[in-house]
Amino acid sequence: MPVDRRKLIKGLAVAGAATAAAGVANAKIRPRKTVPTDAVGMLYDATRCIGCKTCVVACKQANDMPPDSASTGGLYDAPIDLNSKTKNIIKQYQDGEKQSYMKAQCMHCVDPSCVNACMMGSLAKRENGIVTWHGERCTGCRYCGIACPYGVPKYEFEKSFPRVIKCEMCSHRIAKGQIPACCEVCPRQAVIYGKYSGLVADAKKRLADFPDRYFPKVFGLEDGGGTQVLYLSKAGISFENLGLPDLGSDPVPELQQTIQHGIYQGFVAPVALFAVFGAVMWRNRRAQEKAGEVKP
Amino acid sequence: MSAHDRHEAVAGPIWTPFFKVVALIVGITVVLMARRFTLGLGSSTALSDGYPWGLWIAFDVVTGTALGCGGYAMALLVYIFNRGKYHPMVRPALLTSALGYTTAAVAIHLDVGRPLYLYKIPVSPMWWNLNSALLEVAVCVMTYIVVLWLEISPAFFEKWERGPDGFFKKLANTFHPIIDKIMVPLMALGLLLPTMHQSSLGALMLLGGKKVHGLWHTPLLPGLYLLSCVGMGYAVVAFESILSSRTYKRPRETRMLASLAGVTGWVVLIFSGIRLVDIVLRGKAALIFQPTIQSLFFLVEMAAFVVGGLMLVMPAFRNTAAGQFQSAMLVIFAGTLYRIDTYLVAYNPGPNWHYFPSVPEMLITVGVIGLEILAYVVIVKTFPILRGATPAQAAS
Repeated sequence: MPVDRRKLIKGLAVAGAATAAAGVANAKIRPRKTVPTDAVGMLYDATRCIGCKTCVVACKQANDMPPDSASTGGLYDAPIDLNSKTKNIIKQYQDGEKQSYMKAQCMHCVDPSCVNACMMGSLAKRENGIVTWHGERCTGCRYCGIACPYGVPKYEFEKSFPRVIKCEMCSHRIAKGQIPACCEVCPRQAVIYGKYSGLVADAKKRLADFPDRYFPKVFGLEDGGGTQVLYLSKAGISFENLGLPDLGSDPVPELQQTIQHGIYQGFVAPVALFAVFGAVMWRNRRAQEKAGEVKP
Repeated sequence: MSAHDRHEAVAGPIWTPFFKVVALIVGITVVLMARRFTLGLGSSTALSDGYPWGLWIAFDVVTGTALGCGGYAMALLVYIFNRGKYHPMVRPALLTSALGYTTAAVAIHLDVGRPLYLYKIPVSPMWWNLNSALLEVAVCVMTYIVVLWLEISPAFFEKWERGPDGFFKKLANTFHPIIDKIMVPLMALGLLLPTMHQSSLGALMLLGGKKVHGLWHTPLLPGLYLLSCVGMGYAVVAFESILSSRTYKRPRETRMLASLAGVTGWVVLIFSGIRLVDIVLRGKAALIFQPTIQSLFFLVEMAAFVVGGLMLVMPAFRNTAAGQFQSAMLVIFAGTLYRIDTYLVAYNPGPNWHYFPSVPEMLITVGVIGLEILAYVVIVKTFPILRGATPAQAAS
């Protein structure tokens, strides 16, 4: 090819680099998501929980969940973890003298991974910050399950038209002016429902009033970008002991979002790359025609 | 697509014993597919809430589309880097790409729980979550499948134009000139779309965060996926060329493949270099030497990449058909393992969760690949895709 190929390759490399640079320059630091002003939430206090599991039963009733005995070999409603028939469960941590209960459910993240993952907004954060599932948009791809750092979204694998099952903080009850079933029935008020700001103040006050009683941290203020379900643990028992991962304070979707938004900012880079590809091909083709080669 | 490359349909009957065997296997797996649709994913797969993605996503879709990058890789070489000598290889590469991507689309319908709702993705842009890397993949792949079939459509038109009067002839006469006119933007789109979604396939697992092993979870995942799919694309082109010239007694393209092997080798070696340097710079090198299943898979994967890459750049191997075939197989194996590792081996949802594909799951994968092989055979025996047998080497 008599066309100065070297020049072309160089041109392409420059164009490519410029496109990439534009992408990187465009990549503004992703603004941190904040808790909505009308946010509601829950506060679970492990020092108050007696492990009676009333909340587990109430949750199943309030959400019309089917009984679950298949996964436990006939044992009635005693699954080892959250599953597609169980949105809320009480677990126990035990290490010698140290023991604690733990309520596992959706954390209703401030910047939820599952919502970021979801292709058509089937999982969405409502105005009050509750993360709910909308079946009419769900293709059943299960990327939410890959994305959630707490392993919350569960899936009806046994059904031919499955749903995603997760705690939706009894949104249907809240709409009727009620509170989530688990919070309503808890005899010790180990889990309470309320305005997020009030719950934060409450949790901090408990830590300040009884520093000996508590592990010195409120889980969820910053963890993984923050959650609207907050946790207090007993003194000497870390949140990792309770099964909550150490995520740091960066929102879980931040790395992926920064990279993807950097590349796709304003769709400039893809359009530029398309133009470069088109221009180079057109030039090559014209050069070939000029050189008298058969028209491609 | 030019006439001077003399693409020709392969002579001979379609219903060979090989074809019949593959068709039988596909027939059996169709029953399994029907079972999966009626009884749900749980009846046929080993998927669980811990491992919501398994063989079908990691292999059929993520690896399958990467193996379908031959058309992308060849078009990049021929049309952008202006290496016209590879032109005869573009059309067969485009066919394998079109089939590879279409097969992946079939696999997606098997994998998602609510395939009836997949149509909502193209028709409901108002619902699109532009933050979703998976949406980007879905939209890109859907568009790319259309682009690929349009790119390869001249092969069909050429046949129909010479055929009897009727619907197909009319179709060819109407659309062939249009496709020829829009070929440059179409090809540019055919280069842009894989650049986008192949990198996004890497970006998908970034969201897995701490659940993904440190040897694989890196901000460079998008770039590494892009680079490795180009390497795999060339390897598949070489693999397909050697296999089809043997099976269909076509002239071998050993010399052309030898210089292509050089390109492939460097792509693979650069990929391996970046991957290793990245691991060291992120301070994860110690993970390589821990006695875990992950480090074992990592070592096998890297060894295959490096050995395959070195073979491809060494004249002793790359100048012989056998050496080309072996190194291509190694690169295909390494790229496949890299993807399966990222999605499955490196993925750890916590204790109590295990995944190994079930027998029906694996059989359905075999069936899906079988379907692709059947389609390939039918198309190359009906339409002018492969390079014609030259007069010097009489066709047998």
